[in-house]
Amino acid sequence: MSVDVQLRFGSEAITEYSKANQEPAWFLEKRLAGLKAAGELPLPALEKTKIDKWNTVDFDPFQTTAKVASANELSELVKGQIDVDSVKNLVVQKNASTVFHAVTDELKAQGVIFTTLADALQNHGELVQKYMHQVIAQDEHKLSALHAAVANGGVFLYVPKNVEVDAPLQVVYEIAGDHALLAPHVLIVAEANSKVTYVDTYVSGEGKSMVANSIVEVFVGAGASVQVASVRSLSTEVHDYSFRRAIVDRDGNMEWILGEMNDGNTVANNTTVLKGTGSNALTKSISVGTGSQRQNLTSQVQHIGTHSESDMVSKAVMTGEAVSILNGITKIEKGAEKANGVQAENILMLSEKARGDANPILLIDEDDVKAGHAASVGRFSEESIYYLMSRGISRQGAERLIILGFLDPVVSEIPVEEVRNKLRQALERKLG
Amino acid sequence: MTAVPHLQIKNLRAKIEEKEILKGLNLEIKGGEVHAIMGPNGTGKSTLASTLMGHPKYEVTDGEVLINGDDLLEMEVDERARAGLFLAMQYPSEISGVTNSDFLRSAINARRGEGNEISLMKFIREMDKKMNTLEMDDSFAHRYLNEGFSGGEKKRNEILQMMLLEPSICILDEIDSGLDIDALKIVANGVNEMRSADRGFLIITHYQRLLNYVKPDFVHVMMQGRIVKSGGPELAERLEAEGYDWIKEELGIEDETVNANV
Repeated sequence: MSVDVQLRFGSEAITEYSKANQEPAWFLEKRLAGLKAAGELPLPALEKTKIDKWNTVDFDPFQTTAKVASANELSELVKGQIDVDSVKNLVVQKNASTVFHAVTDELKAQGVIFTTLADALQNHGELVQKYMHQVIAQDEHKLSALHAAVANGGVFLYVPKNVEVDAPLQVVYEIAGDHALLAPHVLIVAEANSKVTYVDTYVSGEGKSMVANSIVEVFVGAGASVQVASVRSLSTEVHDYSFRRAIVDRDGNMEWILGEMNDGNTVANNTTVLKGTGSNALTKSISVGTGSQRQNLTSQVQHIGTHSESDMVSKAVMTGEAVSILNGITKIEKGAEKANGVQAENILMLSEKARGDANPILLIDEDDVKAGHAASVGRFSEESIYYLMSRGISRQGAERLIILGFLDPVVSEIPVEEVRNKLRQALERKLG
Repeated sequence: MTAVPHLQIKNLRAKIEEKEILKGLNLEIKGGEVHAIMGPNGTGKSTLASTLMGHPKYEVTDGEVLINGDDLLEMEVDERARAGLFLAMQYPSEISGVTNSDFLRSAINARRGEGNEISLMKFIREMDKKMNTLEMDDSFAHRYLNEGFSGGEKKRNEILQMMLLEPSICILDEIDSGLDIDALKIVANGVNEMRSADRGFLIITHYQRLLNYVKPDFVHVMMQGRIVKSGGPELAERLEAEGYDWIKEELGIEDETVNANV
């Protein structure tokens, strides 16, 4: 697949979709500007991974599906991701359509907005405009520009000052069908001293040559806490590009928990900008490389505020002929005195033919800081296998326990039980 | 037919990295018996334990070991365990991310076999009971296997595994090292609770101390990679009182370690 492939869509299709969804004029303008820029901007520069042959543009962006009336009518694939009986606040998107949306009165009464991007553009246009593409500019690179042009869903989550949302808010994104596109834009705005957890799951159905191109932007207000958990289990037919970025105000906390369980090629960049004094970031991610997939997974923190702290943990298990590049970037800007950034990348290699690269990168422009990194690439400890086997557990069972144990510090942190269980199932599936 | 457990070690020789450590060892353990092997450091006691369990570093060069008539040395490590052998290790591995209870349940189910798994409720009941006996805090069930455990906690955890897996031949490799007297009594208590006609024990120790609480039927002294003297409990008492020099003298041994006379 070459990048100068004839697009399957043009400005007419984009305009038509925008009008059908009654989007405000400024948003359509941004889309069209994005389409133009996509033709001019280069792909993002990635450490040790070339994606110019990957599928980035060959899709039909606006494939639609009918909405369902109740959670019970959702597809089995989606129902498998949620607890149908207990889930309260849920959005389900398939390709370019919202197929289900439920919000409790309780959440509304708290003043929380948890709605689809399309709805937010119609009913909270000014608020959306204030935050849209403010942490990830739409002209950063070709993929962000493309995303701006063809964004076909996503959610807007707004939590007012001092409001704490107890139950996690859940979204399931499904992609299916030949040349389908899943391009959600997620905007999370947590005002001062608020607290919220957002959990999403990406799944794929039948279909060939699909693309997921998603952006998540999070605004963490002063003293606010936001937790975002994401589990992606897309098939080999999906090339997945995700760019997530949070900006954290004074004393705010941002926590990411990420399960990269895709079977196909994946680019994921997860960045937290610690702007405020005393702001915190915690990023935990796991990935499993299988088959011949290629992954480039970056966790990044930028320290600007003094006394800001960050901790990044990335764990990967490599099998088959998979190649994963794990980048950890801690950047401490001049003036971020007393900042403390630590990171660790650990890779467990299960196959001679797989490749796993851990790249810890510390970029420090301030003297009065602490920073640390640890990276390891290793195989099973024979001593550990022996110990487990000495209790009657088979070699295979012992290896499985060690792999799951290696990943457990991240898996056990997933805030929704169903999602946690799904992640475990995805692990079992990938590790066969 | 419920046969009495039976471990037969015949002329066992084993080496590590080309160095012979076990030099023709003979020993027989039956259900209901408690054997103690004593001896100074470096005489091959722990090698015997690891060789029987099948540690990959040790290579058997000669001899035979039968467990209930079956060839132990032909078995993989996990098969040895399922055949009824248990080794409480001196330095158990720390396994990050695997909780003690998940590990124990996997081990119990591995022994019970597919289709015959222990129910979660029964497992929890059993584990709670044994943990009480060993005066272990409830939190142990949810902590990662041996990770960050103190020496004494690891030893108790070994005994907990032994109690839950109900093996027929139990080897305790210096289970008393690093234990204070209270912990030693608790561990001994756990061992005594398991003594029965359908279980044999091999206790490896430096010190007589543990044997005050777990009374052995047979005491063996190991030097230079083989058993050089056997007797009853009175042998352990004499060793405690007089040390090993009298045995060395009696047998004309100058250096008791396995490196001697090489």
